[in-house]
Amino acid sequence: MKINVNGTAHQIEVEEDMPLLWVLRDELRLTGTKFGCGGGFCGACTIHLDGQPMRACLTPVSLAKGKQITTIEGLSENGDHPLQQAWIEHNVPQCGYCQSGQLMSAAALLAHNASPSDGEIDQAMTGNLCRCGTYPRIRSAIKTAAVKSATFENAAAREGEN
Amino acid sequence: MSDRSVENIDRRRFLKLTGLSAGGLVLGATLPGWQPSWAAGLDKGGELNLFVSIDGDDTVSIVCHRSEMGQGIRTGLPQVVADELEADWQKVKVVQGLGDKRYGSQNTDGSRSVRRFYDTMRRMGASARTMLERAAAERWNVPAKECAARNHVIIHIPTDRRLGFGELAAAAAKQAVPDEKDLRLKDSAQFNYIGKPVDTVDTPDMVTGRANYGQDVHLDNMLIASIERAPVLGSGIAKLDDSAARKVRGLVAVERLDGGAEPPLFKPLSGVAVLAHNTWTALKARKLLNIEWTESPHEQHDSDDYLETLKDNVRQTGKTAVAEGDVDIALETASRQHSAIYTLPYLAHATMEPPSATAVVGEEGCEIWSCVQDPQSVQQHVGQALGLPPEKVKVNVTFLGGGFGRKSKPDFVVEAALLAKKMQRPVKVVWSREDDIRHDYYHAASAAYFQAGLDEHGKVDGWLQRTAFPSIGGTFQPGVDHPANFELDLGLTDLPFAIANRRTETQQADYHARIGWLRSVSNIQNAFGVCSFADELAHINGRRPDEFLLDLIGPDRKIDPSQGDYKYGNYGETLEKFPIDTARLKNVLRRTAARADFDTDGGEGWGIAVHRSFLSYVGIATRVQVRDEQLKILQMHCVADVGLAVNPDRVKSQMEGAMIFGMSLALMGEIKMQNGAVANSNFHDYPLLRMHQCPSLTVELVASGEPPAGVGEPGVPPVAPSITNAIFAASGQRIRELPINKHLKIG
Ligand code: FES
Ligand code: FES
Repeated sequence: MKINVNGTAHQIEVEEDMPLLWVLRDELRLTGTKFGCGGGFCGACTIHLDGQPMRACLTPVSLAKGKQITTIEGLSENGDHPLQQAWIEHNVPQCGYCQSGQLMSAAALLAHNASPSDGEIDQAMTGNLCRCGTYPRIRSAIKTAAVKSATFENAAAREGEN
Repeated sequence: MSDRSVENIDRRRFLKLTGLSAGGLVLGATLPGWQPSWAAGLDKGGELNLFVSIDGDDTVSIVCHRSEMGQGIRTGLPQVVADELEADWQKVKVVQGLGDKRYGSQNTDGSRSVRRFYDTMRRMGASARTMLERAAAERWNVPAKECAARNHVIIHIPTDRRLGFGELAAAAAKQAVPDEKDLRLKDSAQFNYIGKPVDTVDTPDMVTGRANYGQDVHLDNMLIASIERAPVLGSGIAKLDDSAARKVRGLVAVERLDGGAEPPLFKPLSGVAVLAHNTWTALKARKLLNIEWTESPHEQHDSDDYLETLKDNVRQTGKTAVAEGDVDIALETASRQHSAIYTLPYLAHATMEPPSATAVVGEEGCEIWSCVQDPQSVQQHVGQALGLPPEKVKVNVTFLGGGFGRKSKPDFVVEAALLAKKMQRPVKVVWSREDDIRHDYYHAASAAYFQAGLDEHGKVDGWLQRTAFPSIGGTFQPGVDHPANFELDLGLTDLPFAIANRRTETQQADYHARIGWLRSVSNIQNAFGVCSFADELAHINGRRPDEFLLDLIGPDRKIDPSQGDYKYGNYGETLEKFPIDTARLKNVLRRTAARADFDTDGGEGWGIAVHRSFLSYVGIATRVQVRDEQLKILQMHCVADVGLAVNPDRVKSQMEGAMIFGMSLALMGEIKMQNGAVANSNFHDYPLLRMHQCPSLTVELVASGEPPAGVGEPGVPPVAPSITNAIFAASGQRIRELPINKHLKIG
């Protein structure tokens, strides 16, 4: 089976029902996508499939065939997506484990809504748990990034054009 | 090394200790490790684990080769050392000395790190600075006291001549290490980095997916193990039918693990491990196992019934732990009495990263990669399980996706080591979320009874507190059935109230599930009881909660709860250095109350709670709305006096995290046990606070010159009572049994 991750094609031999999460983590060793619950409850495994946020733990790899998969490793080339910069500026991460998923959800939000309201941020991010409690900083960082993004051609937008 | 804690070391030894080569000046020191009580006497001590090296090219490297130091340290350590050294922040790097540096140490249980290591780190920086100054003085042939370090150069003050650190490094290495009495430590007004915001060194890796956690470890030829563990503590495998599981393509082996007899210690639980080349296959095959478990003495355990039993128990006179005055007479002669019982359920840590460990066992010993809070404990317990001396177990600490106390118990690492030995190849044990929720070392379920006697002016004259919860001691010793003194020290025996007659008692609470430390430990239930009951007494007296509390705390003084045989623990520190200071508590209380409006109405209300724990003082003010049986938390404010805050932004983020941790447990935290087994399984039935439920949070740090105290944990205890006190103010409903979602819907 062939899949495309962060712009690179990969040939893999796995069962069709294997969730994308384990294909990424175990087969391709892209471990930035995290395992938090395996049941769609926590968002730690959030990736983009053709620009749409998806829970990799619930997405069988067969669904990703012919689609563009973007993971945290491919969110930006040099770690300089406006959200990544804002995350550093606001010192968001504590343990960091949930943050790949938080960033991918936030990136999908900003790709579709350049200046989200508080309510829209809460709604888009409510599927992403953070046990360390970084929610207030995530909110602030998304707002900072929203201001900067206007000039940034982000990964989600690129996916859309491909 | 008599009067120094810092030593000069040669390059060969540095290479051996850290795996790094260096030129120029290298100093080594020992940061004391924290010893949990069960490990007393095991530490060999004296081994160097902190190094500062200054190279010819000006680079200052700060190397940690022992990994127990954790998150606070990886940022706090360079801050403190660099400040005393007068180093330029841009030229400082933090290096993980041993193992692969991709696996940086990250311990989120940091209440102790900075506090314990602060003095050593300052002396280390000051020693290096002094040696550079002396080297420059020699070069210029001037008195050393005319030379001073400023931002990576040494200046000869009278002539303004300058030499860079790099230029002096080799000469400084030849200087004798100064005696401690000759060290000049900076005055706090001169600090460049201590107390200033500094970016966390690991953030860039965390936002790009590059940070490697225990779950992320990969070794060549590695197998993944998923383990079906006995659902009830103390039961083992009676019958195993693995024929269906073995038919799954890609399955490599099915292995049994024997948990052995109680007490549980940090041993693995009995279980059946399924090993495969990838996680998905292991998880799938595991579902097809057919296992019958042996009977266990705990299989009748039901958490709801258990809480009823604890409530019954605390109604009866218990064992006295500490007493002052005569509480019985005070209660008898009181003009008014009040009593209440508070309960909290079992809680799980639910770290975002489920536990995981990877092991290789060879002729020479064992090597581990894992997200552990306490590598020394891993060495000891893995060593025991494999029959190896601890030094034959090498532990590489990865980032931890949350710890909160869970990852100080290395049961999951022992699993990996045993399986790696059996398989004779690398094995990674992957815990699922279900495994994590069902096989934790839980925070104890508890009941506490409070009774107060008031005189005709409403002054509290007698205070009785009686508590029952399964002790952490039961994890290490069979037959422990009362809370232990070290658990009472966390918020009960150190009750900071000026009440002449008081008694602290314990009641029976049998041990049926693994119990462990969870962020702030028994402070959670102790502070919930004390802060709720004090609020009840304020309302009975028709007083404003803050004014009543100030009276209850009484005059400014330093309290020593020790008496007779009972010795107060004070978090392992002396009361001279870290007193129980009512003036600091009252200051925090006043500032907390200043944020609250106690006259709010219209279905809204404010509640406050203040508590000293881990040597810090924290107050929380919460505003809630209660409408149509629905609770919404609107606002939460934290006032924290943690002594000197080395990294204030980090302290603030820890307080934010503590407020959210506290809200999760207060609003919705409940582990249920039925027939001895945990009934919850994942985040749908063990929910955590989500973003839309999180109110606006603010943190106010009290500027303090007192020594740095705990940060990671002390924010948690006052959160729950501030919420229930606010609910009472808003609605008149007094919630005494957590979680709150048993009584109100959560909006
Ligand atoms: S791991 Fe996919 S939602 Fe939690
Ligand atoms: S930063 Fe630790 S779970 Fe979010």
